[in-house]
Formats: sequence, structure tokens, C-alpha cells
Amino acid sequence: MAFLELEGVVKRFGRAAVVDGFCLAVEEGEFVSFLGGSGCGKTTTLRMIAGFESPTAGSIRIAGAEVTSVAPNRRGVGMVFQNYALFPNMTVRKNIEFGLKVARWRPAEIAPRVTEMLELIHMEELGERYPHQMSGGQQQRAALARALAVRPKVLLLDEPLSALDAKIRQRLRTEIREIQQKTGITTIYVTHDQEEALSLSDRIVVMQSGRIEQVGTPHEIYNRPATPFVASFIGNLNVLEATVLDATLGLLSVDGQEVRTAGPVSAAGPRVTLALRPEMLSLEEGSARANTLEGNLINIIFLGSIVRLVIAIGKHELILDRFNAPHFALPPLGSRVAVGFARDACLITGEREPVAAATP
Amino acid sequence: MTIRRGWAWLWMSLGFLYFFVPLLATFIFSLHGKRGVLSFIAYRHVFADPQFLATFTFSLQMALLTIVVGLTLIIPTVIYIHLRAPWAKPIVETFSLLPFVIPPIVLVFGLIRMYSGPPFNLVSSRGLLVAGYVVLSFPYIYRAVDAGLRAMDLRGLTEAAQSLGASWGTIMFRVVLPNMRVSLLSAAFLTFSIVIGELTLAVMLAWPAFGPYMALVGRDLAYEPAALAILSFLLTWGLIGLIQLASRSLAGQGSAVGGAH
Repeated sequence: MAFLELEGVVKRFGRAAVVDGFCLAVEEGEFVSFLGGSGCGKTTTLRMIAGFESPTAGSIRIAGAEVTSVAPNRRGVGMVFQNYALFPNMTVRKNIEFGLKVARWRPAEIAPRVTEMLELIHMEELGERYPHQMSGGQQQRAALARALAVRPKVLLLDEPLSALDAKIRQRLRTEIREIQQKTGITTIYVTHDQEEALSLSDRIVVMQSGRIEQVGTPHEIYNRPATPFVASFIGNLNVLEATVLDATLGLLSVDGQEVRTAGPVSAAGPRVTLALRPEMLSLEEGSARANTLEGNLINIIFLGSIVRLVIAIGKHELILDRFNAPHFALPPLGSRVAVGFARDACLITGEREPVAAATP
Repeated sequence: MTIRRGWAWLWMSLGFLYFFVPLLATFIFSLHGKRGVLSFIAYRHVFADPQFLATFTFSLQMALLTIVVGLTLIIPTVIYIHLRAPWAKPIVETFSLLPFVIPPIVLVFGLIRMYSGPPFNLVSSRGLLVAGYVVLSFPYIYRAVDAGLRAMDLRGLTEAAQSLGASWGTIMFRVVLPNMRVSLLSAAFLTFSIVIGELTLAVMLAWPAFGPYMALVGRDLAYEPAALAILSFLLTWGLIGLIQLASRSLAGQGSAVGGAH
């Protein structure tokens, strides 16, 4: 039995279902991210686990115990908020102590625990500071220590890094993962940032309109997206409309040019969506075992370590990423270029038309 | 830069003059109790009158009661509205303006009509006076509490405290109230100044309060009312200072929040 279980959880506000039929089993010590755009229901689901919202239907179990209607202060769930929510009238030390005092720890045990937490977040010297005397990154680390001090069964993080600037975000991201691994705490992490989800998680739950689109490891989500939404949401993706020429051979046509996939195409209709990651494309003509599409180079975007080329193929615009090199000669704008890619770079993500209309 | 600063000083001095010139004039006038010399004789007369201390003490008690009742009634209500019933905000805001719209004389006649016979014969009870004062101070308390709650992340803080296992009592007394110290003080301050000088309710309900006493003295004497005004001003400020001191030592660590910048 999993450590944290959500079964058929539904949340309706009025008539609209914000979360619909959410089922998930999280193992003890696992780091799971809920990933999706705003309004996809990820935060609502997290708040239902915390007990701040009650599900319209379904059940939530933590460590085998039914908690669906248990008050938030009795769930043993730690929470970290986007805007830190540190108590402004207390020092960092007092903030961390708060939960321990509420749980009636013995005074002799409180002090060492607080010191241990301050060491965990590398803020031994800042214990006497008030929240307003610290940077956002320090405040969020203090909030993390406060949540962990009481040894909650589950740690919930609600977009904890969104209010921070990019540099600190990356450093804190690493730190959160390290702390999670050190403490071995079961963690749910809500984010709209795919990079955060990919780099932190054991598993990712991609959500859209209150439903789970796909659950899988970062590797699976990135390389084998199950739905067109996941494919387009994770990473940059070129989405091309293609016509199936021969399903068993895996032969497609994109704007009159032939493309072969690595295996048979299982789609029922004649039209499918072909997705290609920008980093899987190259400016060389494909070999016999690979594909080549021709198009016009219409834009070059310099991104530092990466150079992004935009190539028009029929009505589609294809993005091609390649690493920057000082001696790399770019073709002139407007020139005709060939884009090569391997057969297994092709992601077929679904039919564009309903099945019924497929057979003539 | 210097020009802007000059303007700032100008406005500040104008404000200062506006508030303090009348006070100063009153003070100087109050010293003219003996012809030809400046003296504190008017003050001596005021202190010599036992009515002064009696009425002031009475109004002081009423003010403290009003503050306690008003805050206990309004704080939980406003917190509830903020967290659970934000839709009720405009309604309560409109309600909170009613004491400005309805004159105290109307309020007091309403109270007398309603509570002078069975089933509620409360006209001679202090409770009715305090209840009336709570109504009068409602707009000020409501606004101060509301501003205090807006200034903090109430939802975030209460949820953080809840997830740390805290009960509502703990959340209120350890998290919410300490962070509202300034706005609670201003609520108390405003209530205090309203009740200390209040006339209509005290007269109509026939209580020996400070407001009616001041009116009486002002009608019969010349210099003593000025002295009384200055005294009540000083007393009020002194008491506010005491409230501030007391709350600071009560809040303990919390007081460092304001002073730590």
C-alpha cells in the first residue's frame, strides 16, 4: 500500500469541477511534482491533501489512515507557501520553535531540534533575525525548516520558488532536493515550471483542466509524452500536422515531404500530429536511415549557449536548437536549408480527427 | 530635491499650526483665572471639584469596557469575513458606516424605546451605555481591524500555523493578534477618545459621565472649562501612552518588529 493515496478525488466550486477524478499513489520518501498551467487544479489538489479544501468526492489516505475529513492541524502535513508565510512577529528560531511548542515537545528537546534545522538550511547565524531582515531565499529556507521541524509525514510545497529570482531559484532547487533526500520525507511539489519539475522529481504528474494527463518519471514525460498536451507543455516542441501514407511502414507526409517513423503508426485516422524536439534536429541532410525536411530559414535567435533557428516548412514553423560554437557558420537568412532528424525522434502524439471520420 | 523638501516642511508646519495653535490658545486662556497674572488657579478649581475625578473615572471605565467588548466582538467577525465570507465585506462595510449616518440622538431614543420596558428593561444598566458606545465606535474599530488584517497575509499565516498543528486559539493569540498590534492600538485609541468626550448617550441615559460634566462646567464657568479641556487632553494622551507601554511589554518579542528597522 502506498504512503499517500488519493482516490477519485473531485473538487467542485459551484458547477465547475476544478479537480476531477484524481487518483495517485505516492510511495514513502518519493518526490512527486504536480505540473501544469494556472487553473489546472494542481494547487487545489495540494490544498486538499493539506486539508485547507475538502474534496467534493473521493478519499485521501496518509500512511494508511483516512484523512479526508480530518482538520488540517491534525494531519501531520507540513506546508511551504509561495510567499513564505513566516510569522513576522517572530525570529527565525521562534518560527521554527512554533510547531514544536504546539506539539508540546519538551523544552530540552526543542532547542537542539531548532539548531539542527538551522544547520540543515545553513542558517546557523541567522536564528535571531526577523523575517523582514532576510532575503526571499533565506525566508523560504526558514519556512522549509519550520515545516520540517515537527517531522511531518508529508511535505507539501506550493510553488515555493516562484517569488524568487532566477539565480536563487536554481540554488534553492538543488538545496530542496538535497534536504528531501537527506530527510527522506515524502514530498509533493506544485509548480508550473517544467524545468523545476524535471530536475527535482522522482515522478511528475502533468495536469490540465483538473485531470491527470500523464504520470511518469521525468525521463518518460519528456521522451514519451502520452498526450499532445504533455508533448507541447514539456520542453519546446515542434508540432506538425502529418498525413499517414502507410501506417505499418510508419510512412508519413508533412507538407508533401516524406517522413519515416521508427515503427508502425498506430493511429486510426489519416491525420496525425508529429512532434519533434528542437534539440533532436540538425542542419545536415539525414542519412538513408534518417529523415530530411526542406524549408526556408526565416529567423536566427541567439540564446547564449544555444542558437535557435526558425525554419518555415509549408505552413509550419520549425524550431531547431544547436549548441553555439565560435566557428559555426550560419546559413544566411532566407536561404533554403535541409533539416535532418532520426526516425526515433518522431513523436506521434495523437489523431487530429475523431476516429469515426477516419475510414472513408 | 531641496524644493520638495521645503514644501514638505511647509505642509508639516501648517498642519502643526492647525492642530496646536488652538490648543496653545486654550492653554494660555486657562492661565488667566486671576486677573492680571498667569496662574494655575483654574486647574486648582478643577481638581478641587470631586465631580471631576468621579466623572472622569466613570468615563474611563466605560471606555475600557467599550474597547474590550468592541474588540472581542469585531476582531473574530472581521477575521471570519476575511477568511470564509469575503462576499460579506461590502455589506459589513456599509453597516459600519451607519453610525455616521444615524445621529447619536436617534440611536439613543431607539435604545430607550426598545429597552425601557419588558421584556428588556435595561435602560438603567451600564451595559446599555456600553452597547451604545460599541455602536458609535464600530466604524473606527472595524476600519482599524480591517486595515490591520489587510496589512498581513492572514490566509497564509493562519494556514501555515494550522499545518504546524496550531488550534484556532493559538493562531489568534500567538500569530494574528501580535501582528495586528498597531491597528489594535489605534482602534483602542479612537474608541477611547470617542467615549471619553461623548455627550448625547450619557446625557439621555442619565449617567454621570465626563462629557456631560464638561458641558456643565462650560456652561457655568469661564476659565475652568479651558483648563478641563487641556487636562482631558493630557490625560487622554497619557493613558494612550500607558496602553502602548503595557501592550509592548505584553507582546514581548513582538515589539521588536516595529523597532528593528
